Amino acid sequence: MSVPGHDDVSRPGPVSPPDPPSPGPPQRVRVVLAGHQRVRADPVLEIEEQTQVGDLLVRGLIRTQLALALRLAAVVAALFGVLPLLFALAPGLSRVRVFGLQLPWLLLGGLAYPVLLAVGWVYVRLAERNERDFVEMMDQS
Amino acid sequence: MTGSPYAIPAIVLITIVTVAIGAFGYRISRNTSDFLVASRTVSARWNASAISGEYLSAASFLGVAGLVMKYGLDVLWYPVGFTAGYLALLLFVAAPLRRSGAYTLPDFAELRLRSKWVRKLATAFVVLIGWLYLVPQLQGAGLTLTTVTGAPAWLGAVVVATVVTANVASGGMRSITFVQAFQYWAKVTAIAFPAIVLLMIWRTDSGGTESLTAPSSPVFGTETTVEVRTPTAVIAAQPVTVLVSGNVDGRDHAGEVMRWAPGRHEVAADARLTFPAGAAVPQVEGLRQLDNATWARPLVGVGSGDHPLFATYSLILATFLGTMGLPHVLVRFYTNPDGRAARMTTLVVLILLGVFYLFPTVYGALGRVYAPQLLLTGKTDAVVLVLPGAAVGGLLGQLLAGLVAAGAFAAFLSTSSGLMVSVSGVLSTDVLGRGSVRDFRRSALVAGIVPLGLALQTAELDVSQVVGLAFAVAASSFCPLLLLGTWWRGLTATGAGAGLLVGGGLSAAAVLVTVLGPGLHGWTGALMSQPAAWTVPIAFAVMVLASRLTAARVPADVGRTMLQLHAPESLRSGTPAQPHL
Repeated sequence: MSVPGHDDVSRPGPVSPPDPPSPGPPQRVRVVLAGHQRVRADPVLEIEEQTQVGDLLVRGLIRTQLALALRLAAVVAALFGVLPLLFALAPGLSRVRVFGLQLPWLLLGGLAYPVLLAVGWVYVRLAERNERDFVEMMDQS
Repeated sequence: MTGSPYAIPAIVLITIVTVAIGAFGYRISRNTSDFLVASRTVSARWNASAISGEYLSAASFLGVAGLVMKYGLDVLWYPVGFTAGYLALLLFVAAPLRRSGAYTLPDFAELRLRSKWVRKLATAFVVLIGWLYLVPQLQGAGLTLTTVTGAPAWLGAVVVATVVTANVASGGMRSITFVQAFQYWAKVTAIAFPAIVLLMIWRTDSGGTESLTAPSSPVFGTETTVEVRTPTAVIAAQPVTVLVSGNVDGRDHAGEVMRWAPGRHEVAADARLTFPAGAAVPQVEGLRQLDNATWARPLVGVGSGDHPLFATYSLILATFLGTMGLPHVLVRFYTNPDGRAARMTTLVVLILLGVFYLFPTVYGALGRVYAPQLLLTGKTDAVVLVLPGAAVGGLLGQLLAGLVAAGAFAAFLSTSSGLMVSVSGVLSTDVLGRGSVRDFRRSALVAGIVPLGLALQTAELDVSQVVGLAFAVAASSFCPLLLLGTWWRGLTATGAGAGLLVGGGLSAAAVLVTVLGPGLHGWTGALMSQPAAWTVPIAFAVMVLASRLTAARVPADVGRTMLQLHAPESLRSGTPAQPHL
């Protein structure tokens, strides 16, 4: 949490974007000047302002995570949703046998499960990556 | 009656172990937080076993196989949907819900919407869905006890209700976590091991899978005697010779050989019918008389059988989206230490469920070969219990029959426990008290007695179908609340409440019509027996529209709530950045 210039109390500076996100425990400030110390901007204002930055970042995270979830849900919907229609339009599928099993039985009775697991696994990996990126961004900002 | 001498000892054993683990939990659960969410210290693997143990109910253990035996391929959408529901839960709500820190669904509603009355409404739906789901569990218990011992059906329901109520009231959820985790492994063993033996036997004495799907009726493989307990009308597809003791077609017979013409025959209660090997099985009236080839084809239809394509899509929607709205499923997510763990847990659940659901199909399909008399009596829900004894025979058959009976009891005990914890949890905090341990115990009694009364009152229904209806209600009420509440800032209390009332109300009405009303056909029947396809979109639409109309009432702190739901825990502790929380 060392943002250059942050401890530099002698320079009030215009609100420097991006502002450090931490309003929480007040930063320890080493006061070197004996004279008049310029207090940082109104803390209430600052919190609101920082919340705005944080708010934007959080909105970004939510959008990213939602987009990821929706994309993977669309994959599942496409893979599984097409099956009843396929069964209706191509009844010949039942004549295809794999390991002695009719194809529809193999798909619904067995293969569906590893597919669901694979999608779940991809989601967990990507969702965690998004969160790591978010945490890093929060740390840097 | 399977007549296995090991069934009763196995059931007693599993019940004693359940109670023992519950008692062990009692010693270490002390305060209300312990009771409700096991203090959030349960590891991902334990938690995943517990979730799966709790989730695999009578519908999964008995019902799926029974429906497969009757209706064939289309039914496999039930287990696929039961599993896919966890994927939907993983994608959209697992981590945020855990991060919300809420104990129950009503907690989530209040936390997100800052509204007491939406909380009350959510409570009502938790209780409704919980009881709707409990009834078939208790009925399944009755069926199991009747099948393996010949005891009256009410006894099983009373036994399970009593054991579970006592267990829940004494130990709360921590003990339940251990009980549930144990029960998953008990159930998967009980269904997998006999299935593998059945498959080996079937391979040696049959002509391969083609024989299962030949264009001919199911036939009795050996000479088979069927005891008909209740008056039953059956349809003979082909002429069949049968030895009858009892009243058939209005005339008494005492061990006479009859030749049944194709068509309808009425069998009175307590008749004994003996069919020779190779005779085509007359099937109970009301069951669509499927020959093996039709049975194996897709889109033959579940339920009313009309408009199978619509019914299939509606079932997919209900099961894929309904899981996240089941009260006993969500409460389990609060026992994860953090959002990441909640995701890992769900992933493991996908594995555990996928393994389990490979097996019910085996029973359903082989049931048509080795236990076709169930098509005559219509009690196909018993196929898992009957099949090992019927197909294997000898000591091994009896042992396997004992094993599946114990597994079935594990299924009733675990799912009923989970449901009862959830229902008594919300009852004790919102209706009957203020959440003290004493309130929880009192609520457990109420949570147990009501569904027991319902189970004893209502006629026997297909276990999986009633459970499917509970999914439809959950998908039309809590699913939109959770999805919109988690991802859309614009949701208001008014919107959520309106959506819950309309979506949940419509689907609940459809359930009532299906369960209690006259048999419906055509589009009405399809729309009522598989309501999710219309009630889910309506629920979403109402929630969004009503929220838009009351946009001024979006909670002022929605930004904070969203941050809480979605920010990874590593931000809150650990790293030096301690941002605005």
